[in-house]
Amino acid sequence: MDVVLNYRSPSRTVFVVFNTIFLSLTAAVCIIPFIHLLAISFSGSSAVAAGRVVFWPVEFTTVSYEFAFRGGKFLPALWVSIWRVLLGVIVNLALIVITAYPLSKNKDKVFGRNIYMMYFVVTIIINGGLIPTYILVTKIGLLNSIWALVLPGALPIFSMIIMMNFMRGLPEEIEQAAMIDGAGVFATLFRVMLPLLTPALATVGLFSVVSHWNDWFSGLIYMQDSKKYPLQTYLHTLIIDFEEVIRLAQGDTAKILAYMNVRTGRAAQLFLATIPVLIVYPFIQKYFTTGLVLGSVKG
Amino acid sequence: MRSLLITLRKQWPFHILLIPAVVVIFIFNYIPLYGLVIAFQRYNPSMGFQSPWVGLDNFVRVFSQPNFVQTIWNTLFIAGFQIIGGIIVPVVFSLLLNEVRKALAKRVFQTVIYMPYFLSWVILAGVMIDILSREGIMNTFLSSFNIGPIPFLGDPHTFRWTMIVSEIWKSFGFGTVIFLAALTSIDPSLYESAVVDGAKRWKQTWYITIPSIMPIIVLMSILSLGNILNAGFDQIYNLYSPIVYSTGDIIDTYVYRLGIQQAQYSVGTAVGMFKALIAAFMISMSYYLADKLAGYRVL
Repeated sequence: MDVVLNYRSPSRTVFVVFNTIFLSLTAAVCIIPFIHLLAISFSGSSAVAAGRVVFWPVEFTTVSYEFAFRGGKFLPALWVSIWRVLLGVIVNLALIVITAYPLSKNKDKVFGRNIYMMYFVVTIIINGGLIPTYILVTKIGLLNSIWALVLPGALPIFSMIIMMNFMRGLPEEIEQAAMIDGAGVFATLFRVMLPLLTPALATVGLFSVVSHWNDWFSGLIYMQDSKKYPLQTYLHTLIIDFEEVIRLAQGDTAKILAYMNVRTGRAAQLFLATIPVLIVYPFIQKYFTTGLVLGSVKG
Repeated sequence: MRSLLITLRKQWPFHILLIPAVVVIFIFNYIPLYGLVIAFQRYNPSMGFQSPWVGLDNFVRVFSQPNFVQTIWNTLFIAGFQIIGGIIVPVVFSLLLNEVRKALAKRVFQTVIYMPYFLSWVILAGVMIDILSREGIMNTFLSSFNIGPIPFLGDPHTFRWTMIVSEIWKSFGFGTVIFLAALTSIDPSLYESAVVDGAKRWKQTWYITIPSIMPIIVLMSILSLGNILNAGFDQIYNLYSPIVYSTGDIIDTYVYRLGIQQAQYSVGTAVGMFKALIAAFMISMSYYLADKLAGYRVL
């Protein structure tokens, strides 16, 4: 390998230099917007309005963050989101595990296995769409309830398939040994299999965390009371109409308006909402490729 | 029948495990299918599904609206370019990234370009609105070259390109990681024999690297066909405004505005159903082709 790749030639050197510059510029394009956002969020409103802020805060102030934590609806929305992620991930993982386990068996062991499988997979292709689903959720009385954000997507089919393929990859002897020792199906699944599923649980769990954390649309349509908006839905309203949010803010409005404007206030709250993703991101990245590979394993 | 009972008696724990998922999927994925009947009714929320039948009136009404054809065209235009760019850009990047020999640099580039993929469109829209506005850094930057100001989000012609480029920007890191994984699995002995035959780096890329990742390029292209009617609701809904409806309105945003915001449930459902039928065909087709041409199976 080394013999092949470590040769030197003038044209190679030119290429390496240009390649590095090009890739660095691209990477910059992906990260600069967030650095700019961060700089804006810590800057004074007049500096921002005058266009003097690029990558470093000008007229440093934390008033936008103080506003986020005291004046606005940021914190209540954050709690709704945290609660939703917890609930959503627990429901997702529980359903994924108990569904994937029987489906990981072949049809001789589980009668009708292929019919069950069809029943689940068809929903990827055929669905009622936005309005019938909205009417259903409304009719069964889930409007304004956190369950409206959790139940309609309670079983993510792709994650279930990943889990199923992972279970198939485990050595069969482990289960057989458990069965011989007298463990039934439930005991085998929950006591013997569950600890072995950790990598797959981490993968699909992270998918769940990200999708629940990032979802804004179901909050918008199923929560009529804006006090119950999850964070992303609240941010959506903020993007659309932040003047309104400032106008309705309680507290020392005069002081807030002197140092904060639409752009600094919005930047601070957007940045706060990206922090959790940035924290779990290194883990997601590690597991994501694994998940993709698992997902494409043929059964 | 008797034998079936005997099997079920032995297998009942597996079927018990499947019940919760079967019920949840039935309620939230199958019952809304029944709700599709309102596409053929003049739906009145107080009468529910007993609303008067109107045959194909809703469809006729939708199809005869001049902006409907435009909406379909917008969807195909935006989604089409997003798909083409979403294949080409990651392929080029994975090839360039593959030439980087320093493991650390490679990982840093990968991590940075992958990041926007995990953030919600709400957050990215907030960032984009700030950067691309008249006073944003993008136009400040361009004006130093005497270009602009460009109304990235406020002009019908520019808007769709902003949607195309920004979607590629958000997701090319993800695609790059997939192709990079394919590149690392190429047999090194192929390169060794190419070197023996006197092939330089460029020839190696052309005759070994590209043919080796061709199957996965084909696969990714086929699978993205199923998305040709999804030009990205989250993205467009968070970024558009009435000024750019003429080129920016896609089927999904149209359904939402008509169906939920204006409460025209029947018409909205008719549009959604029209889209769902074509989408179901496209998705089935893409899975079929993926299986035939690339040997890929979801199950």
